[in-house]
Amino acid sequence: MTRFRDLIAKAANPTGTVFILLALILVGVFAMNPGFFEGPSLMAFLKQAAPLVILAAGQYFVIVSGNFDLSVGALVGAQVVIAARLIDGEESRTLPVILAMIAFGVAVGLVNGLITTVLKVQSFITTLGMLLVLYGAIRLWTGGAPTGSLSEAFRQAGRFGIEDVPVLGQVPWALLIMIGLGAGAIALMRSRFGRVLMASGDNERAAALSGARVDAARTAAFVLSGLSATVAGILIGGYAGVSAQVGDGLEFTVITAVVLGGVVLGGGRGTVLAAMAGALTIEALFTLFNQMALPATLRPTVQGAILIAAVAYAARQRARPAPAPATPTATATATPS
Amino acid sequence: MSETPLLSMRGIGKSFLGVPVLHGVDLTIEQGEVHALVGENGAGKSTLMKILAGVHSADAGTVELNTGESGGRMVSFTHPLQAQHAGVASVFQEFNLLPELSVAENVHLGREPRRRGLIDRRAMAERTAEVLADLGVEDLAPTAKVGSLSVAHQQITEIAKAVSQGADLICMDEPTAALADAEVELLYRLVRRLKERGVSVLYVSHRLKEIFDLCDRITVLKDGRLVQCADTADITPDDLVTAMVGRRIEAVFPERLEGTAAGEVRLEVRGGGNAWVDGIDLDVRAGEIVGLAGLQGSGRTEIAEAVFGIAPFTRGTVKVDGKPIRITRPRKAIGAGIALVTEDRKAQGLALRQSVRANARMVLDANARVHSRKRLNRIPGLLSSLDLVARGEDQEVRYLSGGNQQKVVVAKWLAAEPGVIVLDEPTRGIDVGAKHKLYSVIRELAAEGLAVLLIASELIEVIGLADRIVVLHDGRIAGELPGGATEQDVMAYATGRRAEESRPA
Repeated sequence: MTRFRDLIAKAANPTGTVFILLALILVGVFAMNPGFFEGPSLMAFLKQAAPLVILAAGQYFVIVSGNFDLSVGALVGAQVVIAARLIDGEESRTLPVILAMIAFGVAVGLVNGLITTVLKVQSFITTLGMLLVLYGAIRLWTGGAPTGSLSEAFRQAGRFGIEDVPVLGQVPWALLIMIGLGAGAIALMRSRFGRVLMASGDNERAAALSGARVDAARTAAFVLSGLSATVAGILIGGYAGVSAQVGDGLEFTVITAVVLGGVVLGGGRGTVLAAMAGALTIEALFTLFNQMALPATLRPTVQGAILIAAVAYAARQRARPAPAPATPTATATATPS
Repeated sequence: MSETPLLSMRGIGKSFLGVPVLHGVDLTIEQGEVHALVGENGAGKSTLMKILAGVHSADAGTVELNTGESGGRMVSFTHPLQAQHAGVASVFQEFNLLPELSVAENVHLGREPRRRGLIDRRAMAERTAEVLADLGVEDLAPTAKVGSLSVAHQQITEIAKAVSQGADLICMDEPTAALADAEVELLYRLVRRLKERGVSVLYVSHRLKEIFDLCDRITVLKDGRLVQCADTADITPDDLVTAMVGRRIEAVFPERLEGTAAGEVRLEVRGGGNAWVDGIDLDVRAGEIVGLAGLQGSGRTEIAEAVFGIAPFTRGTVKVDGKPIRITRPRKAIGAGIALVTEDRKAQGLALRQSVRANARMVLDANARVHSRKRLNRIPGLLSSLDLVARGEDQEVRYLSGGNQQKVVVAKWLAAEPGVIVLDEPTRGIDVGAKHKLYSVIRELAAEGLAVLLIASELIEVIGLADRIVVLHDGRIAGELPGGATEQDVMAYATGRRAEESRPA
């Protein structure tokens, strides 16, 4: 009984809801296509979902600290184009170019973070500006159509994996990278950095008065988001190939995913695990749409509806237990002095 | 007194997320009565008041209201406006005023008198002036912008609004919490005036003096239950405290602990000054409790903020444990072993949506210089030694009562094992039991060799706890008194009536 009540309590908070939602959608997918849960098709789904999950983890850091990062989609696109142009089919350039991409991702995050924290520009505007800058610069640089091509080694991560595993078939590198980075993100949120980030998103004044370097933590969150976009760019480039449109609209999908995970815009609330589950949920939903033969053009509309619904749901959740401190009376109140 | 009471609430019950906060509480208020609602923080006073105001709705029980011509009827408010229309107005600690509008506009908000479809500003100002005059308020102009008013005048505006809406019952939540002494007098007059006019007042407060000065009857809540409802004449302050906390407080302030001795100077300020304070010379020794007294705006909080690096001293020198240090940021202060329990725990002290544990370890997490595994491991013991009442370390601090929230704030600082602790209004808005606990904790800290700088606007606290009292006036030190000095002596310095001879202005 208590366990059942615990389960209900967990489901009632937005962070728990996403797992139930994910389960329901997967049941739907299974009903439409019982073959979905066979090893190879499940692996294919996870390979495709991995970039969004990684982006969600990056976006989570920014959102939980009280900001937004709208520039990730443009950054993913830029990274793919940069990779193709600089590698230009030469295997030997793979590693140096990946290092350059990481440096670029860090730099973009740093610029976003410093403009937001030092110049006090709202992150919504900062990263919207960054989105436009990247979008324009890439088109200027490539003259409209991306040139060059990726190397085989570069494409490994997004496309291939450990082959011929029993039952599962191919275990994609993307999945392993996703699991590794996901575990890293969870560990990071349990570290002092993560705790400071969370506190900064909840009450930056209290955090600063406790000695937290709020601005530094928030800037680091943007850098993590830039890095996640870099990794996502490597995976998406490898998986889907080179085009300048590859990241378009991704920022909205990822923010929808994070919010669906119960992470509250404005900061201080939600877990990175739930944010990543939100990304999986979105991908599962799109898979369901495919199986139902719904047009892909429906996606933005659905995303918008989810975004609004999730934020409204979270707002209701917050409104219900009013800010008035309700004191537990269940515990003993004996206060011997 | 009329036959039927103005308000009778019967068997009111309320739970938040399955946690019961009120259990079958009764409350009766007669017409023209000033009725005190008392209890420790978390006793359920605010919740009861909010049910009456229509902010929350009760899970159980009935509310009967006899206002105006409507006669006795059952009501249940699901929206604050319904309560307002039924003649119940509430003045919360956070005012419901629009700072950009004038007093008259706020008083008539949503009910502006109109003339030819336009707002009749003159009528509005006149009516407001009438209401104010009726309340005996002379120094408040109806045209003044609310944002520029003092807290006291904003409160008067709220009350005037309630009166002009024809309220039969005005509920006031801790109305004196943010008022200076002279302003409290004004509020007293106002409440008595309301009573004369037959308006009932529900007065929610911790302050015993006010309750006995003003109220006709007292309802005591404890842990969400009704403990007692008595005529003020039939109960003594001691009995009331006992009823509130369920035990008798032996002495209000605990004695200094044995073995407490003033040692080396841990915090030394010489000639400290910035835009708010000047010429501050201050020594706080290990084992010593130094009280900072002064009126609101005299620079008490500003000294705390300067010492802690929030608004640093721009002149003078500071030494911590004999070492000169320029404290330019809170991080530096923390690194030097200084802690500051801020005045406003909700805005500055706590991340309300985070757990007790997350808040208690915040200082350790945020500062590599004080972080250690050993200190982290001490936190659970620290919390229980403060008698924290919470459902567990995972509970979000916003669900704790004010007193327990303050204990979490104190714990987060003690976790860092500071050498100097500055406490700015540590007992503001917390219940008697928690206050008493904090007093003992302050004594224990001194006994352990911490240097304690205590700021409190309730003089009795400074007098009862401090070994020395430094009195501020107008941003400067007006004088110094030994602990246990009289309130008159402190006030003489604080009001500038007496200035220290050695300190030419």
